[in-house]
Amino acid sequence: MDMNAYLSMFIDESNDHLQALNENLLRLENEPEDLSIVQSIFRSAHTLKGMSATMGFEDLASLTHEMENVLDLVRNSKLKMDSFIFDTLFKGLDALESMVQDIVAGGTGKADVTAIVASLQSIVKGDYKTAGNEATTVSAGAAPGQTRLLDEFQTSVIQQSIDSGHNVYFIEVEVREDCVLKAARAYMVFDLLGKNGEIIKSEPSVTDLEQEKFDRSFSVFTISTMSQEELESQIAAISEIEKVSVVLLDLESLAMLNSAAAAAEAAPAASAVPAQPEIAAEAKAEAGKQVSAARSQAAATSAPPAVSRTIRVDIDRLDALMNLFSELLIDRVRLEQLSSEIRRNDLTETVEHMTRVSSDLQNIVLKLRMVPVDSVFNRFPRMIRDLAKTLDKKIDLVITGADTELDRTVIDEIGDPLVHLLRNSVDHGIETVEERLAAGKPETGTIHLRAYHSGNHVFIEVEEDGRGINREKVLQTAIKNGVVTEDQAKQLTNEEIHMLIFAAGFSTADKISDISGRGVGLDVVKSKITSLGGNVTVDSALGRGTKFAVQLPLTLSIISAMLIKLGSEKYAIPLSSIVETGIIQKEQILHVHGNRMIHFRNAVIPLVSLSKVLDSPDFNEQMESETEIVVIRKGDKWAAVTVDEFIGQSEIVLKSLGKYLTNIEAISGATILGDGQVALIIDPNALIK
Amino acid sequence: MGEELKVIVFSLAHEEYGIEVDKVRTIERLSPITRVPKTFSFIKGVINLRGIVVPVIDLRGRFGLEEAATTENSRIIVVAVNDMEVGFIVDSANDVVDIDTDSIDLPPEIVGGIKAKYLRGIAKFGDNRLLIMLNLSEVLNKSEVIQLEQLEV
Repeated sequence: MDMNAYLSMFIDESNDHLQALNENLLRLENEPEDLSIVQSIFRSAHTLKGMSATMGFEDLASLTHEMENVLDLVRNSKLKMDSFIFDTLFKGLDALESMVQDIVAGGTGKADVTAIVASLQSIVKGDYKTAGNEATTVSAGAAPGQTRLLDEFQTSVIQQSIDSGHNVYFIEVEVREDCVLKAARAYMVFDLLGKNGEIIKSEPSVTDLEQEKFDRSFSVFTISTMSQEELESQIAAISEIEKVSVVLLDLESLAMLNSAAAAAEAAPAASAVPAQPEIAAEAKAEAGKQVSAARSQAAATSAPPAVSRTIRVDIDRLDALMNLFSELLIDRVRLEQLSSEIRRNDLTETVEHMTRVSSDLQNIVLKLRMVPVDSVFNRFPRMIRDLAKTLDKKIDLVITGADTELDRTVIDEIGDPLVHLLRNSVDHGIETVEERLAAGKPETGTIHLRAYHSGNHVFIEVEEDGRGINREKVLQTAIKNGVVTEDQAKQLTNEEIHMLIFAAGFSTADKISDISGRGVGLDVVKSKITSLGGNVTVDSALGRGTKFAVQLPLTLSIISAMLIKLGSEKYAIPLSSIVETGIIQKEQILHVHGNRMIHFRNAVIPLVSLSKVLDSPDFNEQMESETEIVVIRKGDKWAAVTVDEFIGQSEIVLKSLGKYLTNIEAISGATILGDGQVALIIDPNALIK
Repeated sequence: MGEELKVIVFSLAHEEYGIEVDKVRTIERLSPITRVPKTFSFIKGVINLRGIVVPVIDLRGRFGLEEAATTENSRIIVVAVNDMEVGFIVDSANDVVDIDTDSIDLPPEIVGGIKAKYLRGIAKFGDNRLLIMLNLSEVLNKSEVIQLEQLEV
């Protein structure tokens, strides 16, 4: 079997599965109880393993196999996800991704994954954090060491103590997740209890606690002279203790405890947590969650996620389809002309019908090239998660409008600028947790990534609730870096100052960081978006956040343009750079230092002769007493361009002039008009010097 | 005997030229040409070739021959070389012949005023007809033209 024939399919599908793995892992991190997510992760991993083994990528298959083992345990509730497992799985995913990239680049997909495999195996064996899992495991069968119940001797001691009026407490302590010296904290608790009374029993055992063989919580039966409140507050005062609950035991609850123990023994599958009233309730909640998880799982299988049914098509074929279609359009126009000349009813009807069908067809053909922005957005949640972790910030990324569609060509180009903007928001926008709390904001920052349609454009916004742009700081830096002079700075509006951050070589970051801050980010973003025919603006309020809005044309292959005539020749001017059109008299033309200028809205702007720029063979506006002008703009510079005649506004299909004709002055491309003729598209930026 | 080569024969200023058939995309009648400003004078402009915009050059102008008005017989031969598609305006295109690669001789220094570097060689075929084989990548090489223009200026 020739594997090469399947390679591209393999690469496409692996990328899909890796993306699905990534997304689902992120979801699972938020809802660790939802087993249906684990199921779909498991399925993706399993398919990936099978595919890579078939294709002979052994390393890929073996790493996936190890990940699958871990997931299998989680799926069967034998293992509970924690941050260590998540991190290891994410690392595994990264390794898988780089292997697939290697295969894409023509490599063999081999990589050294022993470290990740080793940690995955230790998770499976359960010795990466020995005791932890047992305490949290729900199934009694998987936790044979479950001995929280008191033995006869301990029960009788407690009974006697209660009878003689002593206070007996059941204490549950939970240390913080990021606690470094768990054993030391446990010791401090025991020390406190020992000073004020006697410890009857602890779970896990004291030896295990000393060796740090516990997850985050431990429980203690103690006889103490202190009151319930006192005990609780003193334990809570020990640092790095997350939660403490102290329950006063009486004979009744002790009896319940023991009867629950009996019940647990009789039904080994049932929850084996001590029958302390509160805890029993917790166990019920736990069971409830499991039921709901099972239910949602059932729902997931009965109604599979709305995966659109697609086929993969080579983009060249789409281009060919588009070309053939535009030819058809040209023939249509000719047929319409002919039928109006011939004036035969059935011919006219047929042509009209064809016109309707072909305009429907046109819509479909144009839509074929549209891709949802999701294909760019889907890698951002993971990126933000990783960035936030490195920078030790808490950030939520909220994506809306991921189904907004854009032309394939724009989609391919928009990824990098968005990465820049998002990195900028994470690094410079969102504050650290301490700063946020100090400013009275929630400790988790939010970044909104929105996409939506508006007219012939698509807007993508990146908005965060961070510190906002510091106007004074921006001005100082801009003056220091020579972007503006001090005199200019005084006249700038707020918006203009915000736009300064897009200037080349500008960065207000005090420190240069890995993430951003070399001052090469935002100006690259701006030039990239401008080259796509788009625009980027920024809006900011100090202390409240910043919003970047990127405006993009719906498609690069079809643009709105103004068609104009220059003698016998026709040209197209992109509508996006036209300010307005008008007519001027010859007398209105001013001569300033040898240049021709005109008055336009309280400003004097240069007048450019298109016929001169294009060496027009049969038109010269000097001969006319009245001239049509098109006012164009490039950034904040304006110019008036003289033309012969306006034809009108039209949607045109962009065509390149081919490789033989490159760098033609003032011409950016060509289009084919309804009559089959080629018209050149004028590059307005070249007309403004 | 060398290999057989299928060649399109066209005429230009009373000479017969040949281009290998596999380099020729299509032969078209003249269609309206849109002028492209600010380029070499031999680049006549662009045409719409079934939805693709193709530049057209006048081979007479390219070879420094005197340009002539187009006639009923004028044709545009569209060739594809090095990822470029370019149309040549020729006086007429009328034949496809098989020639033997062994019969292609190296070109003499000057043939009808055309620099030898544009030529692949001279092929004899039929009853003593001579066919000038073009070296297409040199014909489409613009950097040499730019140098020439700079010399003239």
